[in-house]
Amino acid sequence: MSTVEERVKKIVCEQLGVKESEVQNTSSFVEDLGADSLDTVELVMALEEEFETEIPDEEAEKLGTVQDAIDYIVAHT
Amino acid sequence: MSLEGKVALVTGASRGIGKAIAHELARQGAEVVGTATSAEGAQAITDGLKDAGFSGYGIVMNVAEPESIEAGLKQLAEQSGAPLILVNNAGITRDNLLMRLKDDDWSEVLETNLSSVYRTSKAVLRGMAKARWGRIINISSVVAGMGNPGQGNYCAAKAGVEGFTRSLAKEMSNRGITANCVAPGFIDTDMTKKLDDKQREAMLEIIPAGRLGSPEEVAAVVAFLASDGAAYVTGETIHVNGGMYMG
Repeated sequence: MSTVEERVKKIVCEQLGVKESEVQNTSSFVEDLGADSLDTVELVMALEEEFETEIPDEEAEKLGTVQDAIDYIVAHT
Repeated sequence: MSLEGKVALVTGASRGIGKAIAHELARQGAEVVGTATSAEGAQAITDGLKDAGFSGYGIVMNVAEPESIEAGLKQLAEQSGAPLILVNNAGITRDNLLMRLKDDDWSEVLETNLSSVYRTSKAVLRGMAKARWGRIINISSVVAGMGNPGQGNYCAAKAGVEGFTRSLAKEMSNRGITANCVAPGFIDTDMTKKLDDKQREAMLEIIPAGRLGSPEEVAAVVAFLASDGAAYVTGETIHVNGGMYMG
């Protein structure tokens, strides 16, 4: 079983079309990984699917970096 | 054929324009899933496609009910996979002059003709975004632009569909998803058969082509918008009305 961190990073790579080597924990989805507003929506939906959880819009807005997403998933699943 | 391997969902496909669209998309190679509000209607869609030698079937879905849309799409996903072509065709009329129009006439038409488009479109977007390819084609009406006495509810819903479509087109265009409307004029269907002779004559007088359109003439435009050739056409409303209104 992969760790949450590995699974989150895999989804980020798939959704944003970036290489694994480009994805750091501190990477900002928008500034570093080039996500647009639709990308971030799709990313959140993919995370919800992978971790079988619901991420409310107001929480989703706060997920700026890869680490933010990992922390959220760890705290809520 | 150009739509080979793609699943197309066509609402209100048991008769009229919807049936013609279902058959045309199937002729282009798509697997067509058509919706009807009754089991008999769904069976008629299945039989019609089968008799014509096409791939596809009918399912029961009442687009005015969110739960029914959800159930229908679930069945579709399990049986055929995600639809990459959506044609929102299902529609009703509850005509009356505004002074006589009932609240129910208003809300039923808005639910069936407008809210349904929001619901089905939202439900299919994920699959289209993943595929980086999608076609949403909404059947509007010439009256959305020109207005029509006795159809305040219908005109409002159809004009709403056109505005919604333009917004959707902007949101999704960088995912290879287009959203367009086809606005039929006076087409020879059960819906227009409801008009009396006087209304019919008055309509014919303002149609330069001097005749009603056929459902197939609408379906041909829908098929174009569904094709790869229409990839750069989005947010548009194409009129199919024999020249009666040129927006």
